[in-house]
Amino acid sequence: MSVEAREKRQPWILLSPALGAVALLLLIPLVFIVVYSFWLRSAVGPDTVGFHLDNWQRALTDPFYRYILLNTLKIAAITTFFCALLGYPAAYFITRSSGNKLILLLLLMLPFWISYIIRTMSWINILGSSGALNTALMSMGVISSPIQMLYNEATVILGLVHFLLPFMVLNIYVSLDGIDTNLEDAATSLGATRWQAFLQVTLPLSLPGLAAGGLLCFVLGAGTYITPLILGGPRDAMFANLVFEAIITQLNWPMGSALSLLLLIVLGALVAVYNRFLGMSQLTKGLG
Amino acid sequence: MGWAAIRAYTILVYLFMFLPVAVVVLLSFNQNQFGSFPMTGFSIRWFEALWNNDAVMRAFRTSLILGLLTALISTTLGVLASLALVRYAIPGKNLITTILIAPILVPEVVLAVALLLFLNWLGIGKSFALLLAGHVIFTLPFVILVVQARLVSIRRDVEEAALSLGASPVQTFFSVTLPLLMPAVAAGALFAFTISFDDITGTLFWKPGGVETVPTQIFSMLRNSISPEINALGTVMIVITVGLPLLGAAIARQISMKRGM
Repeated sequence: MSVEAREKRQPWILLSPALGAVALLLLIPLVFIVVYSFWLRSAVGPDTVGFHLDNWQRALTDPFYRYILLNTLKIAAITTFFCALLGYPAAYFITRSSGNKLILLLLLMLPFWISYIIRTMSWINILGSSGALNTALMSMGVISSPIQMLYNEATVILGLVHFLLPFMVLNIYVSLDGIDTNLEDAATSLGATRWQAFLQVTLPLSLPGLAAGGLLCFVLGAGTYITPLILGGPRDAMFANLVFEAIITQLNWPMGSALSLLLLIVLGALVAVYNRFLGMSQLTKGLG
Repeated sequence: MGWAAIRAYTILVYLFMFLPVAVVVLLSFNQNQFGSFPMTGFSIRWFEALWNNDAVMRAFRTSLILGLLTALISTTLGVLASLALVRYAIPGKNLITTILIAPILVPEVVLAVALLLFLNWLGIGKSFALLLAGHVIFTLPFVILVVQARLVSIRRDVEEAALSLGASPVQTFFSVTLPLLMPAVAAGALFAFTISFDDITGTLFWKPGGVETVPTQIFSMLRNSISPEINALGTVMIVITVGLPLLGAAIARQISMKRGM
């Protein structure tokens, strides 16, 4: 074999194990569950192979599924909103602070290393019936017996915001950090107030980071089933809980396939829209 | 309204991020037998209880073995692929990168279902092998992203010097490239281990009955109610997943400082 031919083949030899793994463990399985979603579960024995639209019909028309889907999108949207509300000023502060920037950034990375389940369950210590808040309120005499604060939609959102906030702050920080501070100074020297300069210069320039953080929070939030299981009540299921129920509890794998594909399509469409339109300039123009 | 207000706001945001976790650590040292407030004294009894809890120790072993194997396989695949992507001009590089990153673009629940159903159809049901396959595919993109970022900064001319002085490509790789690559390999492996060690979303789908990892063990203990033992277990996990990277960074710094002299 010539040297050139070997040189040409080498990268493919290096790539093939990883590409093979992704193909075998992700791409082919995804195609497989597309096929599987048209099969039918039978009461006994293996699932019925074939082309049946029943699962899809149910997934798309069942009012309960639709309610959960819309509710999931609502919860993800509220979560994203609060992440932006809490995250933006914090990211702005980190960018503009001089002395302790490094420490603030390091602390910001820390939650990524702390287990998701620990961070989620930590709220039980705060809000549970013998948690910090109830104990404090009772010792101050505000209440005489613990109030039930946990296991509702609000605590699910709280848990999700707590989990996703670092993603938001990090994305906004990255885009704020890339903005030349001279721009804001120029605006103020031309007569804008600091607030005007922020609204008309810095904020529009940081929108790509805000959008990226928002997308990440939304998609990760909408795909979770652990948070509702730990911090939600029986009526606070999200769409991924339906998938988990179908696959693990009911063992209805064809239905579970259809439901997980529906989730993939909805969230995938969102990412596609983001890709298509938020070539970012579009978003900033709309605000200008 | 002004800088002071933003500072105060930021402090509150950081408190929101860390206070609940700090409470977990605090309560794990609580002497109170219900492990709740008020704190009655300092005690390590809950850590002793963990040490004597067979289920927890089994979960630890499972998580450790799974994390180490995941890191080993994922890092090997990831380093090879990153080498190809950074060092060679290959057609369709963007598409290949997208494919390799795909496992984190797909929601983890969907990945979990697809892998479970497909491998089950191939005859590999819920098992340690399925768990390992899932963790490898889920951590691979992170390893590739981390290693690629480090790889770009390694200068090519050192390798070219070795080659021009008569070393074979294989010799060059093991005696020049790999040592230079070590920090990237270590960072990738550490990342893979931590993500595997923390994972619950996919793990709950893939694990066979009776096998628990630390996160699924915590999850099943939560079903009863929160206990001081869970807080202690949480503290141990925080020490492992936060302490290991810090330790790794410190060691890397030591090594590079020695080399620098």
